[in-house]
Amino acid sequence: MDKMGKIDLSAKELQEEVEALSGQRVFACYHCGKCTAGCPFASEMDLTPRQVLEYIMEGRVEVLNSRTIWLCAACFTCTVRCPNGIDIARVMEALRQILLRRGEDSLDLASLGEEELPQIALVAGARKLIG
Amino acid sequence: MRIAYYPGCSLKALAANFDRSARAAMGALGVELVELERWNCCGTVSSLTTDDLMRQLAPVRNLIRAQEAGERRLVTACAMCYNTLKRAALRVEAHPEELAKINAFLDEEPDYRGGVRVLHLLELLRDEVGFEAVAKRVVRPLEGLRVAPYYGCLLLRPRGVGLDDPENPSILEELVRALGAEPVDSPLKGQCCGSYHTVAHKEVVARRAHKILSEAASRGAEALISSCPLCSFNLDNRQRLIRELDGSFAPLPVLYFTELMALAFGLEEALSPEGHYVDPRPFLEERQLLRR
Amino acid sequence: MKRDGEPRIGVYICHCGTNIAGVVDVKAVAEFAKGLPGVALAKDMMYACSEATQREIINDIQQERLDRVVVAACSPKMHEPTFRAALERAGLNKYLFEMANIREQDSWVHKDGGQATEKAKDLVRMAVARARLLIPYKESEIPVGERALVVGGGIAGIQAALDLADSGYKVFLVEKEPFIGGHMAQLDKTFPTLDCSTCILAPKMAEVGRHPNITLLTNAEVEAVSGFVGNFKVKVRQRARFVTPECTACGECVPVCPVAVPDEFNMGLGLRKAIYKSLPQAVPAEYAIDIENCLNKPNLLVCEKCLQACSPKAINFEQPPEKELDLEVDTVIIAIGADPYDPSKSQDYGYGKYENVITTIDFERLISPTGPTLGKILRPSDLGKPKRIAFIQCVGSRISNPELEGNPYCSGICCMVSIKQALLIKEKLPEAEITIYYIDIRAKGKGFEEMYRRARLAGIRFIKGLPAEVLENSDKSLTLVGENILLGELYEHRHDLVILSVGLEARKESEKVQKLFGLARSSDGFFAEKHPKLEPVDTATTGIFLAGAAESPKDIRESSIQAKAAASRAARLMKEGKIRIEALSAEVREELCAGCGICESVCPFNAIHVDGTSHVTEAACQGCGVCAASCPVGAIEMHHFTDAQVLAQVEAALADRPKEKIIVFTCNWCSYAGADMAGTSRLEYDPRVRLIRLMCSGRLNPQFALRAFELGAAGVLITGCHPGECHYQSGNLRALSRYELLKRLLRSLGLQEERLALEWVSAAEGERFAQVVNAFAGRLERLGVLTKAKGEEPALTTAEAGRREG
Ligand SMILES: Cc1cc2nc3c(=O)[nH]c(=O)nc-3n(C[C@H](O)[C@H](O)[C@H](O)COP(=O)(O)OP(=O)(O)OC[C@H]3O[C@@H](n4cnc5c(N)ncnc54)[C@H](O)[C@@H]3O)c2cc1C
Ligand code: SF4
Ligand code: SF4
Ligand code: SF4
Ligand code: SF4
Repeated sequence: MDKMGKIDLSAKELQEEVEALSGQRVFACYHCGKCTAGCPFASEMDLTPRQVLEYIMEGRVEVLNSRTIWLCAACFTCTVRCPNGIDIARVMEALRQILLRRGEDSLDLASLGEEELPQIALVAGARKLIG
Repeated sequence: MRIAYYPGCSLKALAANFDRSARAAMGALGVELVELERWNCCGTVSSLTTDDLMRQLAPVRNLIRAQEAGERRLVTACAMCYNTLKRAALRVEAHPEELAKINAFLDEEPDYRGGVRVLHLLELLRDEVGFEAVAKRVVRPLEGLRVAPYYGCLLLRPRGVGLDDPENPSILEELVRALGAEPVDSPLKGQCCGSYHTVAHKEVVARRAHKILSEAASRGAEALISSCPLCSFNLDNRQRLIRELDGSFAPLPVLYFTELMALAFGLEEALSPEGHYVDPRPFLEERQLLRR
Repeated sequence: MKRDGEPRIGVYICHCGTNIAGVVDVKAVAEFAKGLPGVALAKDMMYACSEATQREIINDIQQERLDRVVVAACSPKMHEPTFRAALERAGLNKYLFEMANIREQDSWVHKDGGQATEKAKDLVRMAVARARLLIPYKESEIPVGERALVVGGGIAGIQAALDLADSGYKVFLVEKEPFIGGHMAQLDKTFPTLDCSTCILAPKMAEVGRHPNITLLTNAEVEAVSGFVGNFKVKVRQRARFVTPECTACGECVPVCPVAVPDEFNMGLGLRKAIYKSLPQAVPAEYAIDIENCLNKPNLLVCEKCLQACSPKAINFEQPPEKELDLEVDTVIIAIGADPYDPSKSQDYGYGKYENVITTIDFERLISPTGPTLGKILRPSDLGKPKRIAFIQCVGSRISNPELEGNPYCSGICCMVSIKQALLIKEKLPEAEITIYYIDIRAKGKGFEEMYRRARLAGIRFIKGLPAEVLENSDKSLTLVGENILLGELYEHRHDLVILSVGLEARKESEKVQKLFGLARSSDGFFAEKHPKLEPVDTATTGIFLAGAAESPKDIRESSIQAKAAASRAARLMKEGKIRIEALSAEVREELCAGCGICESVCPFNAIHVDGTSHVTEAACQGCGVCAASCPVGAIEMHHFTDAQVLAQVEAALADRPKEKIIVFTCNWCSYAGADMAGTSRLEYDPRVRLIRLMCSGRLNPQFALRAFELGAAGVLITGCHPGECHYQSGNLRALSRYELLKRLLRSLGLQEERLALEWVSAAEGERFAQVVNAFAGRLERLGVLTKAKGEEPALTTAEAGRREG
């Protein structure tokens, strides 16, 4: 994961923007690890969902470079289990939105092949991965 | 019983077999699914930021359509549409100030006044038709058929939107039992299939599907049922890629729960090979559940 | 009291070094006080609480014939008792004293010397107005005898009962089960010393059984309570045992009983007969018949196999199934313990679904020599020897997500329980691999950290990071998936046995017991102590004390400590033989009482009853004033908080420039203390507020607020304890309904209802108090009803104020 931030945000700005966009109190996390434990994509991620929380708490802007935020499929498994009531799926969405709203898309529609996909997959993919 | 029905985009195209079997199976139970007029895409995947009111326009517009038709309830078969529509409906119900803004924005539409309940077919079966009535309608009990229910995310989560206990759901199991088949419990039945990653991260999805399917198969499942066109696509069509990654993988048919119902109700015509990557028919014929 | 004309009030304004005088112009306030009606003398003093000043006040009272004293200084929570004592030394009734809080609630929270001085003047004016109307009261004494009731026969109840009995008091010990011992009787060995639980408990239980001063009532529950300290009347319902004390505990009856039911003492892991005993060492020693499951149903079915087998003829099916006992006791100790959390409530870890998932309390029975496997550690599914054993910590604890089952607090004991059990497994199955999945290890206690270290050195694996769920494999082994947080890597481990380390939660019966005894519980469901630090075993009701896990999760040692403390608190009352009751009770003016019964229905302490007219039982009345505020004809007068006294304060606060004032009513216990806390933390807030202390927010007579608006106050803020934390159980909820009523009244009077607000502030929430006040002031400004304080003098710096004072 690249240590350099893709975009220019201070630690405080990152924290405030995440909390504002997600409506979640990320600082309530006490690192039980249940979010990672249940996440179906954890093994594909570079940062575990719990580490994403820690990166935000530490104001580490490079969290925005992580693969994790794009791999999260908003399945809400973590959300329904966090003992501190943090809706982690919303935190992930906030991180994606911080990038998407600055024009940092993660999906190039032109690169997709010929395969016929369900409509909801295309629309959903576009919604989550393109600004 | 007649009830307003929201098919959603996928059921009009790639998942036409879901639509067809849903109408046939529900019809057999005396429930006519009346397609909502002028419906539009639900918007898919609820947006999750605090400032996403614009994203609620699409689902609310559908609720307005239902209201226009004088309907208090709107039923869907697709789990994704169900989740998106229900979240929007609950949200505007809880936040009248947001509804006012949405109404003001949708100035070409009549105001949405709230009160339309979004239902999933499974809820209708459980709470109104009743699984006993389902069992009564069965003409060809699926005896001995070992079926793994697959819930995925959107029927269950988040709490309050889902239609069953997110940690220990049972509604599909009850349906399977009502049809005379045997439910196979897999601990991965509520785990995400990979969802829209199928667009850009096919292998991620294939690995997920591999896990979910193998776990079910290792517990003796002969088929899997789903309630979502996207889950079905990922679990069924991605088996091609799974085979490339793991030569020993044995294909597992994936059916919509409505197809399983149609089968037990003797409505074989509703069960077509289209819409399936792994054609379920040879296996069903072998088990003498389908005439050759 | 007869009054010859104007009272003679002495007013003393304290500098408190520069604590007050650094901001408030103390001399100006003293000058101001001199002009107030009824004031005979006013002085400023450097330290009012010093012994020299006390003597000066005593001297003034005697020389100047003062009949009331007002001290403007720190919070009454600090020094009211000091000054009251001085009054008594001077021969003046202590209820003729009043304090104005110009430190915590003035000089420490406002920087602007001008405004702080204005506020100090108002506070003194309010105190003097109230002092003029103060009435002397005699504190009544009630006799307290030597009989105690202990509810719950766990280790806490046992310890308390023995201490009291040994000190010569008569004790009734009521236990709902047929045997005493509570959870401790279920334990195998105990942390931190690993001594055998039964070995240390059995002698105590036996002592209870034979102590001449203890009447042990098992199979018994309290059904009704009335009265008060020195005079509690308690109705106990006792279910029959059907086995008499003739029983020699030979056990001949057991093999012949044809019934086998899951044994609750063994957490359902084994079976027991319908005639049974929890432990070989159980107390009482007699067997007991579980009549629900016994086949012998008089006139329907005859079994009586046990009866035939019993040579001492100790079985008696003729016993009436239930009897009621009426006890009279002087003090009460509540020791009903706690329930282990039941993880089948949340489905994530598969408890109740997967055979090889058990809890730590199940495991205590599994490893106990008196348990179903006679102490062999076996995996429930196949009775095989487990090789890989996992503990999952914090099950049901530390969960603040309201959508999930579980409790927000740390249960405190479960880390040590798992460490202990892991070490015990190591002893019995040295080859077993043991993993403890945790979030934090909490090992605070004598010898705890040492035990934790021993466990690490013994090769027990500690993995930080909880699994989210338990997956069962086809061979019934269990897979845990999670994150090893210290490595930042995922784990996927198979275990043969998974033990859920469950916390403790309030007993299911707590609500019933709470209502019976008129007690309060904190938001976690456990019984609330009178003060969390300084009165940790008393309840708000005089004469009722708490012991053990009923008050909060505890280990055995802490339960014993609290039990012994409760016993000595109870003994202290009983030894004295009498108790002085603060004169803060309600008094009914019978000539006004219409006999409507409202007061009886609202009193949280059953202290009032209406037969024709209303009568207050002074010793039971806790002085909340809820009845007085509810009485439609104003027939109830609250001693020391009369309507007239409170109204005088309201009027004095608004005597000058009322549009610049906000009246804040606080309760004594939470919000007044919260305001003091804002002071101690030096949190600034809007200086236009004037606080009036009531005992409870439920004392708020709507008239008080209406009078304030009538006199032109910008706004009225009512504050009290958070719901569930009311010192008087539910007074704050009365305040809430009165607030709703008042809002309607304001509307009908054409006033903006936003000028009234209600907020909950706890004693610890100084910051919240300041926020609430500022937000309310902001709201009133936006409404345009609160005007800026006029005549703002240029702000004084501390140095300048010091100079002025000098
Ligand atoms: C798995 C586990 C292991 C533990 N291991 C240890 C250890 O190793 N070391 C240690 O120090 N502590 C240990 N503890 C803690 C210990 O069990 C408690 O500290 C202790 O039991 C508290 O005693 P108690 O008397 O307050 O409550 P309890 O033991 O709960 O006893 C309360 C009694 O009151 C009775 N009762 C309840 N309601 C009523 C009613 N309405 N009327 C009449 N009677 C009633 C109950 O039947 C019971 O007999 C452990 C706890 C657990 C769950
Ligand atoms: S589940 Fe919640 S508390 Fe636990 S690590 Fe994840 S975000 Fe933090
Ligand atoms: S919502 Fe995202 S982070 Fe949470 S479990 Fe699902 S994929 Fe993982
Ligand atoms: S004592 Fe340990 S296991 Fe128990 S709740 Fe506290 S941290 Fe969790
Ligand atoms: S003041 Fe409170 S405790 Fe006393 S009688 Fe009235 S309501 Fe009851």
